[in-house]
Amino acid sequence: MTTAPLLSPAPGAAPLPRMVVAQTAMELRTLLRNGEQLLLTLVIPTLLLVLFSLVPLLDQGPGRRVDFLAPGIIALAVMSTAFTGQAIATGFERRYGVLKRLGATPLPRWGLLAAKTATVAAVEIIQIAILSAVAVALGWRPSGSPLPVVVLVLAGTAAFSALGLLMAGILRAGATLAAANLVYVVLLALGGVLFPLSRFPDGIRSALELLPISALSGGLRAVLQHGAALPWQHLAVLLVWTAIAFTAAALTFRWE
Amino acid sequence: MAAPAVEVAELVKRYGTRTAVAGLSFEATSGEITALLGPNGAGKTTTVEICEGFRRPDGGSARVLGLDPRRDARRLKPRVGVMLQSGGIPPDARVGEVLRLAASLYAQPVDAEYLLVRLGLRESARVTCRRLSGGQRQRLSLALAIVGRPDLVFLDEPTAGLDPQARRATWELVDELRHQGTSVVMTTHYMEDADRLADHVVIVDHGRTVAQGSPAELTSQGAERQLRFRARPALDLDQLLSALPPGSTAKESPAGHYLIEGEVGPHLLATVTAWCASHDVLAEDLRIESRTLEDVFLDLTGRELRPS
Repeated sequence: MTTAPLLSPAPGAAPLPRMVVAQTAMELRTLLRNGEQLLLTLVIPTLLLVLFSLVPLLDQGPGRRVDFLAPGIIALAVMSTAFTGQAIATGFERRYGVLKRLGATPLPRWGLLAAKTATVAAVEIIQIAILSAVAVALGWRPSGSPLPVVVLVLAGTAAFSALGLLMAGILRAGATLAAANLVYVVLLALGGVLFPLSRFPDGIRSALELLPISALSGGLRAVLQHGAALPWQHLAVLLVWTAIAFTAAALTFRWE
Repeated sequence: MAAPAVEVAELVKRYGTRTAVAGLSFEATSGEITALLGPNGAGKTTTVEICEGFRRPDGGSARVLGLDPRRDARRLKPRVGVMLQSGGIPPDARVGEVLRLAASLYAQPVDAEYLLVRLGLRESARVTCRRLSGGQRQRLSLALAIVGRPDLVFLDEPTAGLDPQARRATWELVDELRHQGTSVVMTTHYMEDADRLADHVVIVDHGRTVAQGSPAELTSQGAERQLRFRARPALDLDQLLSALPPGSTAKESPAGHYLIEGEVGPHLLATVTAWCASHDVLAEDLRIESRTLEDVFLDLTGRELRPS
């Protein structure tokens, strides 16, 4: 028989990297087990990519449909994880007191944010790998270099994460769930994901181009479809959204 | 002599126009179990949450392990375990995962498996938390508070909603924590928790400390013992009283149930039984009782039901 483990005081925080890795692993496991999240982040984008590439339902302009669609669907995937998924998950974590309880552990707040960021990045890598493989199977031939793509995806992730946290910080969990899904659908339709913004009248188009989803899909398309270097205008729109949403989120976010 | 684990002085906290804590003071000695006992809405949770660093007081001070709960938060977090009154458990994660994650945030945690077995959660380790019963959730919350081997734990209503077995298991665990050197500050509105566990009881009402001391000290104040018996209704109590030592009281409530308070000793007992014999009264269920913590509590906080 072994002796009973000690309950006696021996306090101390784990090393920070171990805390962040443990928290990230936990968030990732919970997320990948969540059916609704997977529907939003993988199933819907993949179905849209396959359906609209194979069937000429919408006019995507000159060129092969998949070359237009793949960058837009990647933008949609980034939005679904960084914005929709994160807003919903964070809203419920607050409602269930999970954020409050974590606040009583040695994990610092920025350690929690680091874990959430790492989780979003890991999911995006999985999404982009799967969606790119499907697109290539459908005949996608991306042009451009990888670096501007990485920069745009990072800027898009930052903007959408900040917007997601802003929404989760001001709305109740149930309202966040509804609003985040609504925004997903509206931006899917209006953000240059499935068809070009040139279908809209000029005045509306220039307003829609300022949406973060349009900036990301347009920027990715400029690189991947047309071989542009770094599309500064699109990047600038994303960075402005990041700055505004991050400041607002920092001012309004409540941990409980 | 070690510094107190918690030192709260003249603490005030208002929510809008409502004053939740109104100048509350107490001290929790290091290595002891201190129970904040009070009715719902007395300000216990607010006090504890100020000590945990979740809320900022509007007046007075709280020191935890000699430190400021908010300014020194980073130094305190690893040393202080927290059991929230409710919530804090992610419903979609599995029980074992949640506890193992909590363990991995500390340098030398208690073995998670051991705690699961100890708290009767071994069979539920692979179940998602949303499927736990209220009592199981409560026990997981307790495990999360102590897994980091803290110097001090705050337990907010640790036995609320537990069945008798789980309650006993919680008592044993909390008692063992104290024996191994952990300071415990708990809130409760169950007399039995305070009576069984606490070295020091702080009775709180309307945001103030109304009495404090060990359970023995609290129950020995005022009338120490009482004598009760049942007999036929409407005995002539004035006549009985005249036979008793001065300062005694006697009352009948409800009909046929008699309560005598005062210097309840061998002499008084003999006088009462002799008086009964001379009046052909059979005193049934005759017993001498000590004043309980519940009597003290109800005397101090009132017997009427409260809203909330």
